[in-house]
Amino acid sequence: MVETLKPRRRFRQRSVIPGFGITFGYTLTCLGLIVLLPLAALVVKASGLGLSGIWEVATDPRVASALRVSFGVSLLAALTASVFGGIVAWVLTRYDFPGRKLADAVVDLPFALPTAVAGIALASLYAPNGLVGAQLARIGIEAAYTPVGIFIAMVFIGLPFAVRTVQPLIAEIDKEVEEASAILGASRITTLTRVVLPPLIPAVLTGFALAFARGVGEYGSIIFIAGNLPYVSEIAPLLIVIKLSEFDYAGASAIAVIMLAISFVTLLAINLIQAWSRRRFGYV
Amino acid sequence: MSEALTQGPLSPPTEAVRLPASVVTERRVVRWLLIAVALAFLGLFLVLPLLTVFAQALAKGWGAYFTAFAEPDAQAAIRLTLLVAAIAVPFNLVFGVAASWAIAKFEFRGKNLLVTLIDLPFSVSPVVSGLIYVLVFGSRGLFGPFLVEHDIQIIFAVPGIVLATIFVTFPFVARQLIPLMQEQGTAEEEAALTLGASGWHAFRTVTLPNIRWGLLYSVLLCNARAMGEFGAVSVVSGHIRGLTNTLPLHVEILYNEYNFVAAFAVASLLAGLALVTLAVKSVLEWRYADDLAAGARRH
Amino acid sequence: MAACLASAGGARAQSEILNVSYDPTRELYREINAAFSEEWKAKSGETITVRAAHGGSGAQARTVIDGIPADVVTLGIPSDIDAIANLSKKIPADWRTKLPNEGLPYTSTVVFLVRKGNPKGVKDWNDLAKPDVKVITPNPKTSAGGRWNFLAAWGYAYERDGRDKEKANAFVGSLYKNVPVLDTGARGSTVTFAQRGLGDVLPTWENEAFLVLEEFGKDKFDIVVPPTSIYAEPPVALVEANVDKKGTRKQAEAYLQFLYSDKAQAIFAKHHYRPIKREAAKPEDLAQLPEIKLFKIEDLQGSWDDIQKANFDNGGLFDQLSKAGR
Repeated sequence: MVETLKPRRRFRQRSVIPGFGITFGYTLTCLGLIVLLPLAALVVKASGLGLSGIWEVATDPRVASALRVSFGVSLLAALTASVFGGIVAWVLTRYDFPGRKLADAVVDLPFALPTAVAGIALASLYAPNGLVGAQLARIGIEAAYTPVGIFIAMVFIGLPFAVRTVQPLIAEIDKEVEEASAILGASRITTLTRVVLPPLIPAVLTGFALAFARGVGEYGSIIFIAGNLPYVSEIAPLLIVIKLSEFDYAGASAIAVIMLAISFVTLLAINLIQAWSRRRFGYV
Repeated sequence: MSEALTQGPLSPPTEAVRLPASVVTERRVVRWLLIAVALAFLGLFLVLPLLTVFAQALAKGWGAYFTAFAEPDAQAAIRLTLLVAAIAVPFNLVFGVAASWAIAKFEFRGKNLLVTLIDLPFSVSPVVSGLIYVLVFGSRGLFGPFLVEHDIQIIFAVPGIVLATIFVTFPFVARQLIPLMQEQGTAEEEAALTLGASGWHAFRTVTLPNIRWGLLYSVLLCNARAMGEFGAVSVVSGHIRGLTNTLPLHVEILYNEYNFVAAFAVASLLAGLALVTLAVKSVLEWRYADDLAAGARRH
Repeated sequence: MAACLASAGGARAQSEILNVSYDPTRELYREINAAFSEEWKAKSGETITVRAAHGGSGAQARTVIDGIPADVVTLGIPSDIDAIANLSKKIPADWRTKLPNEGLPYTSTVVFLVRKGNPKGVKDWNDLAKPDVKVITPNPKTSAGGRWNFLAAWGYAYERDGRDKEKANAFVGSLYKNVPVLDTGARGSTVTFAQRGLGDVLPTWENEAFLVLEEFGKDKFDIVVPPTSIYAEPPVALVEANVDKKGTRKQAEAYLQFLYSDKAQAIFAKHHYRPIKREAAKPEDLAQLPEIKLFKIEDLQGSWDDIQKANFDNGGLFDQLSKAGR
């Protein structure tokens, strides 16, 4: 650790609570062996290509298009999940209606439902001869086996993130601030947009980023419902699997490293949003 | 928490001013419109797929449904899935408690980085999670030559499946407990320790009761994910029938054998597990909302 | 290694071997494996369990390279076994010489599956390139069946247009413009076509086409046999490095030999594969396999190394076509 080398500042502040050494050591050991070492192996494998090699893989038209599909559709899906997730969160916390608790419980379904199960269920639902797919086909929308299918699967897995990050904050909004705003003559719309919404923005952004990160990497639910067509509906994780089937380990690793870098940046952004929100609003 | 705030000394005397309901909430029609939108959205995206699983599983009646579980391969998949979860979940439980103890109860430098690294597996694509273990333990991987020489099988065997599962569920418990423990601070433990309790005793009698519901909740989610992981396990499994196929992989196999009823039947088992998870979780939330609040916010 | 051999090779009343196979052979090997276990028990007194793993042929070869303890591989296309030999040396490069008929206990070909009554009137390969026909075929990068389809279409156009490579390439390009879904394996494509109702024609393994008729009902689909098609070669090989280590050489070799026995040959025919010993098969099974003029792709394109490189490796014909076709 670099920190311990600096003599003046202590790495850790004094505390009467015991167990730091063992728990910290255990944490680092597990983290190192399970997460960091294998990820390092990935980076080493990809670095065999050199930076220029990785760049070449990234800009290969098929890879670039798969990355575009994964990131582009995930962006749209996260946006949709955030908007509707926000509405769902608002409705679930603010309004009382029959079945509210049930609806609240259902939100977590994508956390608990295995992706493969979600995949075959969505595929059979949105296929041209499926329950929803047939209706969509009637109005000329092909859902399954197109990027629309990828979008549906990504909204599915992203929704709980969008709802669950915002919901507790809505619950904690001080109603009296809204009342004060109303007393001071603001219309309901003004109150909502000027008083209620701003403190929610960091949470909405966090939920958005989580849904986005999850969508980019998603594989299980998507392969069943996407057409997997190069340049159209082929996602980056599938391309990794395809590269592996072609025995192109370095190429697979390069795509993985690119995705990893972007995920890491997304995560960092989430943590920055949270740090900023802690300073700005006093909570996460 | 909001209750505590409203009773605080700074609360304005609201009784004095009678406000029409329309200024503190939306108009009735807007309200019902929003409720309708939310419910339609949930129904279309979440409930309908769930119902589809059970509808398809029972498409040919209960007989066909139960035949799916009589298959030796299905039973082997169930056993393997239980075994993998029985190793991965306790592992992550111990790790999560240790990590959140170190992170929440102490101040040290580089904490944010550590938290981000623990979170990392969460945003790594499942396929990548499998790939990294192939690169480490595959015949041509980092430790490949060593493993081959000593005849140790990691990937395409139970250890590899367990490792990949631990990886994808790595942050689950820690993520839930860190904010919970942070919120509760260290005062209570310090008091117990000052009164002469041992560290372990303080943890058991002071910390654990405070975090138990959050812990249970995170273990449930961790378990559901561990049993349901597909992408990562698919890369390291090798798909040997009756040996390295977990339940989700078995679903895929049945699906690809035109055995849709059986595929959805096995899927319904996993969906049932998801429903139980959600039910227990909801009950916990309704009963112990405050204990869980800190964790849910950061989920 | 010697110690391993001694410990594992000792007399046991029970043993287990693993057959890593490609996608559509699930039903076939279920029956073959049971038949072999029975025969082996009678012959040696040993109870043997034959495990099977199925998936896209390329993906399966990858697991062997990465260390799945396979005793034998039964894959969809020779180049996948070549890849194991080249990349891992677990199989000797001259594996074709170790078993009769270049390691082919059976062969197959590509036929068309169409919707009942053949509404688009598909008769031959050129119908697949017509603008109003939607073709479902697996990704040739990951699926052996996908590669045979690709090569069959290419070979057809090559012969039709006076052995002109450019014309053949262009024909395959226009065919793949008609493909709305590229699944990773032959099975995925079949599910897309048969269960999900996408596409007008599914060029597929002959055995797979028959299986769909049996599974989904003859009232829903028809098989169309094109006048010419490809001589598809799904080969088998012993994974020498693994059997020596596991001490299962005897059993694994016996298993591969069994594939050439009359009993196994009859089972191949029953599952609509083309046995190399026709006399061992039941006449009614053989009668189901139509007469087609079959061409060998090696005769048109040379060695398997060349075929793989020119068509399916990075930057090969398939990559060029999908780049041009987007």
